[in-house]
Amino acid sequence: MSVDVLLPSPVPVRFVAEDGTAVQPPTGYQVPEEERLLEAFRRMVVGRRFDRQATALTKQGRLAVYPSSRGQEACQIAGVLALREDDWLFPTYRDSVALVSRGLDPVEVLTLLRGGWHCGYDPAATRVAPQCTPLATQTIHAVGMADALRRKGEDGVVMAFIGDGGTSEGDFHEALNYAAVLHAPVVFFVQNNKYAISVPLAKQSAAPALAYKGIGYGIRSEQVDGNDLVAVLSVLDAAVEHARTGGGPFLVEAHTYRMDPHTNADDASRYREKQEVEQWEAADPLARLETYLRGRGVLGADAVEAAHEAAEKFAARVREDMNADPEADPYELFEHVFAEATPQLREQRALLASELED
Amino acid sequence: MTTLSMAQALNAALRDALREDERVLVFGEDVGPLGGVFRITDGLTKEFGEERCFDTPLAEAGIVGLAVGLAMGGFRPVIEMQFDAFAYPAFEQIASHVAKLRNRTRGRLSLPMVIRIPYAGGIGGVEHHCDSSEAYYAHTPGLKVVTPATADDAYWLLRDAIADPDPVIFMEPKRLYWSKGETSAGDRRAAGFGRAAVLREGGDATLVAYGPTVPVALEAAEAAAREGRDLEVVDLRTIVPFDDATVVASVRKTGRCVVIQEAQGFAGVGAEIAARVQERCFHSLAAPVLRVTGFDIPYPPPILEHSHLPDADRVLDAVDRLQFDDEPDLLHLAGEAS
Repeated sequence: MSVDVLLPSPVPVRFVAEDGTAVQPPTGYQVPEEERLLEAFRRMVVGRRFDRQATALTKQGRLAVYPSSRGQEACQIAGVLALREDDWLFPTYRDSVALVSRGLDPVEVLTLLRGGWHCGYDPAATRVAPQCTPLATQTIHAVGMADALRRKGEDGVVMAFIGDGGTSEGDFHEALNYAAVLHAPVVFFVQNNKYAISVPLAKQSAAPALAYKGIGYGIRSEQVDGNDLVAVLSVLDAAVEHARTGGGPFLVEAHTYRMDPHTNADDASRYREKQEVEQWEAADPLARLETYLRGRGVLGADAVEAAHEAAEKFAARVREDMNADPEADPYELFEHVFAEATPQLREQRALLASELED
Repeated sequence: MTTLSMAQALNAALRDALREDERVLVFGEDVGPLGGVFRITDGLTKEFGEERCFDTPLAEAGIVGLAVGLAMGGFRPVIEMQFDAFAYPAFEQIASHVAKLRNRTRGRLSLPMVIRIPYAGGIGGVEHHCDSSEAYYAHTPGLKVVTPATADDAYWLLRDAIADPDPVIFMEPKRLYWSKGETSAGDRRAAGFGRAAVLREGGDATLVAYGPTVPVALEAAEAAAREGRDLEVVDLRTIVPFDDATVVASVRKTGRCVVIQEAQGFAGVGAEIAARVQERCFHSLAAPVLRVTGFDIPYPPPILEHSHLPDADRVLDAVDRLQFDDEPDLLHLAGEAS
């Protein structure tokens, strides 16, 4: 295989400039259909509103913690739009917006973060693995799942989300290597939001771009402007198609920015300048897509207003649903350790029962 | 009845599982055409093809993580960690994912997978090849931990482990790979899983052992019998689930107990057993529960391993300290009083 085929574009692929005007994209990528771009816009509006609502819920004590993805909506939504329902997604804790956009129940998505249980949704039914808190461990699970789909004769693709910090973990590298050796239909999607909690990218990696980490493993790679929905969707479409049609794994790095602190419990002013954040405000993915679609005459004021109304309705529903206290059954503590509780767990359950009856 | 070495019995179990259930996959380092460094997977790639039994890149977290994904996708991976200490890179995958996925997902996902680990010493292995790592796994909720001591148990426990709905750490005492034993003719699937075995009955004291120390316990019991002392030997077979009932019944009968493990003693499985026995058998005990273990040292170089490993003599010394004769203590008290 020629090395050139694997190499990412030397600069991030971009379709739309920060001011919303179209730029000449590199050859080999298609502008996604208009209807998908409009759908992406609507979902980004809802996603951003959901994100803001979730952060607000932490202040009201309804969520224990929330890692915001504000500023990363192009990645969150494009990742979901590039997949079919029967494809699998292996997300991280920062990808709640993507999960909600995939149609998962928002309360079930937030169950982890409100402290109700470790995973609130059904991964088998939704084909979404539990949001992964340990860094990069999910990437190798994604390879295993991709190999399972191949073995069963399904043409499904698996997409693993990961952040810039996660690419320093050994499991990420093992996953890339295994995926390449097994020729697994998996797309690794790195949302490089520039910070791993407080540590900036420059201290994380000396690579010219994280996308170059694929080439050493024989994986085709690309880098894309992560705040340009048109570009992210176009590149992910190509990556998914590559994997689905037997081309093997694909690595995509999206350059984006985490506008909010790591979580509501973090203080970002300790490690980055306000000015830097303001600069990224100008690169906002949602405003950029709106300007682009308006400029092309396919998105009108009514449609924008309708999207925001839908988002408000969605947020109101989330507020209402999250207002109810989650139900907790102490005896469930013993139910899912093994398929059948051991004698020791049955004894401990009885001990807890005697405590609760006191 | 067939006589097989433990290695041959394990090989037969893998072969029969591959034959009976197409979801079973065997993979790891060198398990393909080579048949594994201990030849446990000998001939499997040839018989079942590269799709069913295959070599992986040399990365243990990757092997375990790949198995997690395949098990989520409906397969039943049986993977090999080449040596005990080589499994440590996979510890995060095992502790954070293998052990917890059923729990995290409220039972919506389960991981029917087996991680085979050749463990412990006694074969003159160089460093990092002889660790007794069972306590790490036994201390992790969500993992079953199994360790056979006979060829017959090796076969059936591995068959049970592969059929189990939950992840099983299958620890193979590598110094027993070449020990031969008769394998039973009838199907005794699940007869031993979660149940300890009384390998020798006796009334004077109970020796509790598992894996590599089971033959040590039997040897000690033979020697004790020649001196007129009648020892019962209990082989745990599965550390998790732990068979309290069999151990407790034995110690209540004999009134004395020595727990034998090859691993270093501090915070080990033997400590847990000793605690459980004294919690449940206090009024039956005529002497403190004693432990016979390896020393609290990193596994020694081969030239010194015989000094480290618990042997029959160390076990018999412990049996002698089970206060069969109270007189020395009375004399001691008398000396203090004068």
